[in-house]
Amino acid sequence: MKPTKTLLGALAASTMLAGAAAAQTELTMWYHGAGNEVESRVLNTIIEDFNAGQSDWTVSVESFPQQSYNDSVVAAALAGNLPCILDIDGPVMPNWAWAGYLQPLPISEEAIDGHLESTIGRWNGEIYSVGLWDAAVALYTRQSTLDELGLRTPTLEEPWSKDEFMAALEAAKASGEYDYALDLGTAWTGEWYPYAYSPFLQSFGGDIVDRSSYTTAEGALNSDAALEFGEWWQSLFEEGYAPGTSQDPADRDNGFNEGRYAFSWNGNWAAAATLEAGVDDVVFLPAPDLGNGPIIGAGSWQFGVSSECAHPEGAAAFVEHALQDEYLAAFSDGIGLIPATREAAQMTENYADGGKLAVFFDLSSEQSLVRPVTPGYVVAAKVFEKALADIANGADVADTLDAAVDEIDRDIEANQGYGH
Amino acid sequence: MATVTSDNRGLRLAARYLSLVLVSLIFLFPLVFMVVSSLKPDHQLLADTSSIRAFLPVGDISLDNYVNAFERAPIGRFMLNSVFVTVVTVTASIALCSLAAFSFVFLEWTGRNVLLSVIVATLIIPFETIAVPLLLFVSKLPWIGLEGLEIGWLNTYRVQIIPWMVDALTVFLFVQFFKDLPRELIEAARVEGASWMLIYRKIVMPLSGPVIATAAILKSLVMYNNQYLWPLIVVQDEAHRPVMVGLGYFFQLQIAWGEVMAYLTLISVPVIAFYLVLQRAFISSIASTGVKG
Repeated sequence: MKPTKTLLGALAASTMLAGAAAAQTELTMWYHGAGNEVESRVLNTIIEDFNAGQSDWTVSVESFPQQSYNDSVVAAALAGNLPCILDIDGPVMPNWAWAGYLQPLPISEEAIDGHLESTIGRWNGEIYSVGLWDAAVALYTRQSTLDELGLRTPTLEEPWSKDEFMAALEAAKASGEYDYALDLGTAWTGEWYPYAYSPFLQSFGGDIVDRSSYTTAEGALNSDAALEFGEWWQSLFEEGYAPGTSQDPADRDNGFNEGRYAFSWNGNWAAAATLEAGVDDVVFLPAPDLGNGPIIGAGSWQFGVSSECAHPEGAAAFVEHALQDEYLAAFSDGIGLIPATREAAQMTENYADGGKLAVFFDLSSEQSLVRPVTPGYVVAAKVFEKALADIANGADVADTLDAAVDEIDRDIEANQGYGH
Repeated sequence: MATVTSDNRGLRLAARYLSLVLVSLIFLFPLVFMVVSSLKPDHQLLADTSSIRAFLPVGDISLDNYVNAFERAPIGRFMLNSVFVTVVTVTASIALCSLAAFSFVFLEWTGRNVLLSVIVATLIIPFETIAVPLLLFVSKLPWIGLEGLEIGWLNTYRVQIIPWMVDALTVFLFVQFFKDLPRELIEAARVEGASWMLIYRKIVMPLSGPVIATAAILKSLVMYNNQYLWPLIVVQDEAHRPVMVGLGYFFQLQIAWGEVMAYLTLISVPVIAFYLVLQRAFISSIASTGVKG
């Protein structure tokens, strides 16, 4: 009897387990991190914990190479083949929401209480996406460089003014110790340009588009402040402070670490490599105040729900699960990005108080400004990139910015104002 | 005088060989750089690019990049996918395109010249212009498989194979080659009562080795090396991805160039092996068809 009972018990248990498994509704998810082993490992842990921790949903993930991810999503949207949960680059979110690829994320405000505002994707008054991390840019230099050049160390409360910043570049150039005073990273093309350089424009008082209406770039990208920015931008290259658009990517990766650049405008994701390269006295300075306040870019990858998802409540449950501080900290420790909450930051090695990269959390919370929250941003960003490259290469500033404004406005008009 | 002439001839020969060696080195250098770089750590790889060391296996040499590349991406799966898609597509392409060309050249039917002109004219249409309509089309196509009727071809091998099985260039190559075959052979076979299919199988195709080799190599290069946009938009699952889409796995924020070179070296092996196997037929086909790859 005993073996029979055991057998029956096992059968009943396995039937119940199978029933529970069958009751779980599958939610498909796409992610941009294929090829990044650490990122995949953290994400898989989050998914496994979620799948095991409740009986309603089971998430399955498909990872894509980042460089082709957006194209794959757009193609899938055309073919009606989107997954339930999507990974979305922050500035692209409004475009996908406007195009109908996304639906609002039914997540509670409590779940995102205390999150960096730049990690929350809002469009048309609704939350469409939430990120587990953000990124920030700082002005890398060495303490020894500051000391040798006799420069004041700028702080969040008292960043360098434009005059102080230019004086620092001039001092570095005059020292003859460096190939260039400033590495802006012009070797990195694409989204780096609007992400890293539009804050300079905004710090002058201009912008890529007019954020009061989002229906034109007129008066923003070709304003007096923007023209002043353009002249300043061009002077950085013409006066030999920074390498031009033909910068070798290898120099971008290693130039500062090898001591060939005095300052480098770079993101927190590169900080680990700098520390590993033995730059022990590296300091991460806040953005200079070029007249309209110190500003850096914001907005990284976030999770959202596709319009084809039949179970947005399941997707929201997964996102809420993923937003736990322990996972934010795990991602941060794994890939070096800034955790979305201060509590999570305290759980990390680098962003806790006194951590080597702690300043980046403060930069993100104090200086960051998201890129224009409009569906037209994806086009405007490319126009902005080309305009800045042309100006760096000597094009007339006013003509170039006027042409960029015309191109952006034509796109906005062709898309009936993108719903603004 | 005879000695002087002989010396001059020797010098000329040496100069000719020297120039040939120099030209061949220009073509070999990228391959040598790729293989050598795949054995170096990134910092050394980047430092060596400004000197002759870039082409020499010197310094800190190891197979670490290969180990890391295999950890980063399922390279075996990607290569298997690409080889499978390439072999099936090339085989089908040769069969179907040669049949079409046979019909255009040897069979009498109304409108064949117009249709051939239309097909050849499609050569000027870039694939990018039809990619989206084709995507919409294949995403709605039915298929009867082991699990019954399915709608949509996305995330399959067939969506990477069937749209590429017939192309204008391959049809054109076969048409040009078939036009030069002796008509007497075909007419004699017809007089003897051979069917058109028999003539195709027993006479025309056995004589078409050079053009088959040419078509196979050109098509293989397209299918193996250039398949990026199409699989990118029709294949979302990793299990069906080809090697070119897999290359994206290595372009993270900090690009691991050594691993990129290791990956490129690995995926180049089937192409080089295929070319070496068919090179004799390919070279003879250049002479007979006047087509270069």
